[in-house]
Amino acid sequence: MTFSDFVQYILHGISLGSIYALIAVGYSIIFGILRLINMAHGHIFMMAAFLAMWGVRQYLIPLPISYFLGVVIATITMVVIDRVAYRPFRKHSMSAYVTAVAAGFLVQNSVIVFFTPYPFPFPRPAFAWKVFHFGDICLPLMTLIILAIGTILFLALFYLVSRTKMGRAMRAVSEDLEASRLMGIEPNRVISFAFAIASIYAGIGALAWGMKYPMAQFTMGVIPGIKGNVASVMGGVGSMPGALLGGFILGFAEIMFVAFLPTLTMWRDVVAYSLMLVFLIFRPGGIFNVSVVEEKV
Amino acid sequence: MKRQLNIRMVLSLISALAVFLFMCWADGHLDAYISRLLHLWAIWLIFGLAFNMIYGLAGQFSLAGAGLAAIGGYIVLLLTLSPREKEVMYVLEPPIWPISVIQWPFLPSLIAAGLVAAIFGLLIGGPALRLHGSYLAMATWGFSEIVRISANALPNVTNGALGIKGFERVTNLKWVWGIALLAIFVTKRLKDSSYGRALRAIREDEIAAEAMGVNLFPHKLLAYLFSAFFSGIAGALLVELLTALGPALFAPAINAQVITIVVLGGIGSITGNILGAGVFTLLFELFRVIDSPMHLGVITIPGRPGMRMLTLSFVLLGLMLFYRKGLMGRREFNWNAAFSRLQTLLAKARGQEIES
Repeated sequence: MTFSDFVQYILHGISLGSIYALIAVGYSIIFGILRLINMAHGHIFMMAAFLAMWGVRQYLIPLPISYFLGVVIATITMVVIDRVAYRPFRKHSMSAYVTAVAAGFLVQNSVIVFFTPYPFPFPRPAFAWKVFHFGDICLPLMTLIILAIGTILFLALFYLVSRTKMGRAMRAVSEDLEASRLMGIEPNRVISFAFAIASIYAGIGALAWGMKYPMAQFTMGVIPGIKGNVASVMGGVGSMPGALLGGFILGFAEIMFVAFLPTLTMWRDVVAYSLMLVFLIFRPGGIFNVSVVEEKV
Repeated sequence: MKRQLNIRMVLSLISALAVFLFMCWADGHLDAYISRLLHLWAIWLIFGLAFNMIYGLAGQFSLAGAGLAAIGGYIVLLLTLSPREKEVMYVLEPPIWPISVIQWPFLPSLIAAGLVAAIFGLLIGGPALRLHGSYLAMATWGFSEIVRISANALPNVTNGALGIKGFERVTNLKWVWGIALLAIFVTKRLKDSSYGRALRAIREDEIAAEAMGVNLFPHKLLAYLFSAFFSGIAGALLVELLTALGPALFAPAINAQVITIVVLGGIGSITGNILGAGVFTLLFELFRVIDSPMHLGVITIPGRPGMRMLTLSFVLLGLMLFYRKGLMGRREFNWNAAFSRLQTLLAKARGQEIES
């Protein structure tokens, strides 16, 4: 492997890691507040990309508007799912988990039935094809854009959580839901807001994914969803810096695995699952060693 | 007390025998469609029992059933197919040594499938059962996915993505229902034993159970081994019914269907499981109508393929929201309750006063 190859891999790892981090932060936010792994998150990711594709393809909506609508509709769907399916189970996390699986299943099947089960190419803006060349190294503009978007979004998130009133409310609700109610916070509104933030981030991640791997299909959310989950577990579920770090580590690990062992490319996804198993068994708190709480069935 | 027990056991034995004899008769004489539905009922029953053992009895939400069933399916096929068939079927890469020459009769292969699945259950349960709640679910889901990817990526063992197909089916209603009845029997014995009581204690409150002297890990592992064994057997039987197996068959989505069955019947109840499996199989077939356009008087509901799965997702969601107890709750069928209810009914029919 030459140096330029290696740099390529690093760049690829950065862009992939950013996308995983965007998905992972969604899982972490929800888990931090509700102690629930939102199994529908990956499918909402899929929904944002799919709707963006569908708007352009079917209704000829201009690209930026279609992107925006995709994210917005996916976010609204997630908030509705929370309101309908998750709210009755605030206390029983295990039943909430089963409901989350059911809700994810529902979103996937809705896309199949109301739109199409067939894959279609994802519409990319014109600048997405631009590639810079530094000697042997190809640097796609997309990588820089994804990195820039990721950085801005994460800075915005940190600002939101640490400096704003809503961020304080989110931290309070994740500490103790009942006590925050006593302090005058309406937990359901905060939770809906958290779901909205998580979905917006996942939606933007989905658009980035679509621009990077331009194919939209109803199954496209499953694997990135699981990997986002793995990334959030690796960093410590519930911790936002953890999600960021976990996403990048996972992205790098995956790319480096394929780089150094190209014959084992088929086992690429096993990297994510094995890392998850290793972390769950030996360090369930993740890198930032979040406390692991027992849940009632 | 002992005498009453004997009468109940005899009654249960007689009803089990009746079911089995019915299935023996049904093998040749029943309509092929109904026969297949009964076949599927038994298989989903065993799947549900496996999940019930680990979730209903022990309270551990494990999603490894899909992966373990896949392992069971592959093992039984790799053992029962003749070397000639394998040679023809493995187009990507020739099969590796033990697989290319081995051929066993069906029953030992089935037991082997269950045992290998149990061994894998030990491998995954050993480390994973220390985790709780969502973490256990994630770890076991990861395991199922690893199994699926391994099946895809090892063409000299599993024929990769092409899968194994084109063989003769060995099982019939006698087999599956015999095994299903056996599974029910084993689960019932487990549930009623001291192990079962310990598992129930673990399910309700682990810390209290530990304080009462219940050793958590061996009990959970035991339940897990049983569950893995039956998952493997169910997978093997399903594969025999479908006469085809590929890595995509046992995708973790199948867990959603098993969960539906268990929740529908009542988590922790064996009779509920039997009923739930029956209702689910029925609904699954009845909903096929939805896939094609329906005309209800003036309203036409356009049919799109896939609406069936959508409806089933709604069913699961609705169950979780409104009917989480399921058909039987945690109750079981027992003869005393059945007889007293029968007596009350008869008394009412005769117009007599019911004496309390």
